[in-house]
Amino acid sequence: MLKLLLSRLATAVPSIVGVVIVTFMLTRLLPGDPAAYFAGLAASPQAIAEIRTKLGLDKSLPEQFVAYIGDLVHGNLGNSLSTGQPVAAEIATRLPASAELTLTALILAVVIAIPLGVLAAVKQGTWIDHLCRIVTTAGVSLPVFFTGLLFAYVFYYLLQIAPAPSGRLDVFLSPPTDITGFYLIDSLLTANWETFWGALRQLALPAISMAIFSLAPLARMTRGSMLAVLGSDFIRTARASGLAPRTVVFTYAFRNAVLPVITTLGMVFSFLLGANVLVETVFAWPGIGLYAVNALITSDYAPVQGFVLTMAVLYVALNLAIDFVYGLVDPRVRLDT
Amino acid sequence: MNLLRHARYVLSENPVTGLAFGLFALFLIAAILGPALAPYNPLQSNSAMALKPPSAAHWFGTDQLGRDIFSRVLVATRLDLSIAFASVVLAFLLGALSGVAAGYFGGWTDRVVGRLADTIMAFPLFVLAMGIVAALGNKVINIVIATAIINFPLYARVARAEANVRREAGFVEAARLSGNGEARVVLGHVLPNIMPIMMVQMSLTMGYAILNAAGLSFIGLGVRPPDAEWGIMVAEGANFIQSGEWWIALFPGAALMLAVFCFNLLGDGLRDIIDPRKRT
Amino acid sequence: MSGVPALAVEDLSVEFRTRSGTVKVLERVGFEVGKGETIALVGESGSGKSVTAFAVMGILDPAGKVTSGRAMFGGSDLLALSEAELAEQRGRELSMIFQNPRTALNPIRKVGQQIADVLVRHGGATSLDAPKAAVEMLKKVRIPDPERRAEAYPFELSGGMCQRIMIAIALACRPALLIADEPTTGLDVTTQAVIMDLIGELARASGMATIFITHDLALAAEYCDRIVVMHAGHIVESAPGRALFGEPRHPYSAKLLAATPGDSATLESLASIPGNLPDLRRADLPSCRYSARCERRIDDCSGPLPRREIGERHIVACWNPL
Repeated sequence: MLKLLLSRLATAVPSIVGVVIVTFMLTRLLPGDPAAYFAGLAASPQAIAEIRTKLGLDKSLPEQFVAYIGDLVHGNLGNSLSTGQPVAAEIATRLPASAELTLTALILAVVIAIPLGVLAAVKQGTWIDHLCRIVTTAGVSLPVFFTGLLFAYVFYYLLQIAPAPSGRLDVFLSPPTDITGFYLIDSLLTANWETFWGALRQLALPAISMAIFSLAPLARMTRGSMLAVLGSDFIRTARASGLAPRTVVFTYAFRNAVLPVITTLGMVFSFLLGANVLVETVFAWPGIGLYAVNALITSDYAPVQGFVLTMAVLYVALNLAIDFVYGLVDPRVRLDT
Repeated sequence: MNLLRHARYVLSENPVTGLAFGLFALFLIAAILGPALAPYNPLQSNSAMALKPPSAAHWFGTDQLGRDIFSRVLVATRLDLSIAFASVVLAFLLGALSGVAAGYFGGWTDRVVGRLADTIMAFPLFVLAMGIVAALGNKVINIVIATAIINFPLYARVARAEANVRREAGFVEAARLSGNGEARVVLGHVLPNIMPIMMVQMSLTMGYAILNAAGLSFIGLGVRPPDAEWGIMVAEGANFIQSGEWWIALFPGAALMLAVFCFNLLGDGLRDIIDPRKRT
Repeated sequence: MSGVPALAVEDLSVEFRTRSGTVKVLERVGFEVGKGETIALVGESGSGKSVTAFAVMGILDPAGKVTSGRAMFGGSDLLALSEAELAEQRGRELSMIFQNPRTALNPIRKVGQQIADVLVRHGGATSLDAPKAAVEMLKKVRIPDPERRAEAYPFELSGGMCQRIMIAIALACRPALLIADEPTTGLDVTTQAVIMDLIGELARASGMATIFITHDLALAAEYCDRIVVMHAGHIVESAPGRALFGEPRHPYSAKLLAATPGDSATLESLASIPGNLPDLRRADLPSCRYSARCERRIDDCSGPLPRREIGERHIVACWNPL
């Protein structure tokens, strides 16, 4: 187990190196004067010159790179122009909101897509199979920001069963005690039912919009993988041994079929982290996506870079976790090293 | 022409593909003739007619500046499709060339291209596109470049696999033996041979490229008002959803969905025609 | 061999729906296996040997359908049982092993666990004793170091060992009948002999009947009491081993024997069977599917296919036997 963890960590190192290099390039190798970017649109030539020396932009590129690494190690992602606050701190406060949204969406998607795919494969040709086909073909065409808007219109404006898309909590409720940063978990832990319900209501529409977006690839992969496994030799042996249908489908077929689905999760996360930005914009969700979008509008440069770096590191960590889980399920990867 | 007969067979088996080709033709006409066919000037404001719902005079209603939404949606087709098409072509050029080189020559070339592709894939792709456009500047050309970069790994991977397979193929051996330099063999023989499969890739990623470009303009990157583009129109319409003026965001969004759907089906159909083995 | 046979297949016909039409894969196949008897089902690839086994076991591909016949086993017709009733019988009263043992085992489940699964399912052991019982089975199929091997995965074992695992799974509940579909194809010659000996020994020890499906006549000759020859979905001849090898009566059997390399075979002396298997999609198939390539063809051959008993348990389906 430890060996598996260490070997997976080793593969993450080149990715982190690549991410750091690319984000450095994005901050320094810009058309024009990088100092002008960081000083802002309305800066005077003196302000730009000050920023230049302050950020060390007058040094050579290798020296800048070393300084950049040093900054990262100390958690220094620069300061936001509009608020004057350190970007790292601002991202840290907003991260739980994005994490709660993305995780909820992922859980929702998995809980729907995988059973759907399994049933579609086991009961080929029935209505469930057709439903799965429709979901997978239509799902990949839906622009997530449009779906979110449609939901807001139908469920908030027309049917009035959803709250206004105005963030994590209604103005009348106050956030729960901060333990994990996840409003749902924190309010449950402190038995604050009113806040829990309020947070859940606000989370529903954005999470569902994101979930629909990632349903399609998961359901398609599950169905395809399940179909392939159900036709394989060892399933024939299992049936010939008279094993109960439940055992054949779940213990034998599903565990094998789930392997490519775990691999697909990597791609799904890539889409989800991107969809996060769009959904936060539509629903005014105070996460790091909205933070970056607002910074973009005001040409506030440092937060955008901090955001890209944070998302990339998160993504590498997620892929690591996926690789590790895969190794847990598939002994061939574990023992063949 | 055997291919034509096969195409006709696939179309008869799968009428949905025929529908996709029909839709594609419609979009093409809208893109080419859009401005000529639009009933109103898409940039013409008319505050007296602002925020009017769909009617006989304005099929899709008017937006907050009184502009006719149907005309804007129609005209936006050209911009959206061109951006997507340009980025797909650029991604193909960059990806196919490096991929073929990597698959054919192997060794050092393979490692470098692989590293490059892996580094791009280490980022959530939309986030990387945001970062690139923010760094290069808020212009439409940079949307094209950013979308091309994030699609590069896919093309490189497919091209590399196909080139690898063809490296030892008969026609390649023949080209080599007749005295062609390596570059000639790669460009003149291997690359043309993998074109059909790359065409399939291109139509499959058109849908994704359209979504990507629309997403970027939705958050304010690339296209600026008053230009008509589906993503930016949805963004403008988003402000009015909460007060019930649904038509401003709905019609451009629906056009977007339809375009992506059309290209996805088209890609699937092309793949069935060219390489039925890869069907899911 | 007296008494009720372990398995009696009568009049079995199977059709397959394909894109290019309906294929009559099996037509009126009938044979018997006595209790404790070992028979071989032989024929070229495509003769329908495996399909017969799959039909009897009830694991035909969904495109396949049994259109007539009975398979009497343990007092009931297997072909008339429901899926649930069949699942009770499979693995407990009748079992099957397949070729390519590596792919026939669950790749991500320990082999001991796979044996235990069958034991628990059919009540041969409780979930507590099953692991130990599995190790006992491993000893029975002579796998060295059974306690450690039970914790292994199929990819860690050789082809021969995987085949023994399959035998252990199949025999765990002491079935009355074992069907072995080309169990030694893909294994090296020494391992082949070892596996065949093992199956034979275990069968004799428990009085189990065995059906070996093979295209290897030499193997059939060495290990089986009786041989049933199939061609293009028909049974053409069935006889005790010695009788078939000494005096094959069906022209196809004779050709098959002549094509088998023996001790003194040379490249020149190896005969081949002219022609190809008929296209089974055709609606106008002759009643004798060998007649098109048969050199002993007479006018009677266009009539219905006979079933003539010409010797001690020696049946041949031919109007003009040798």
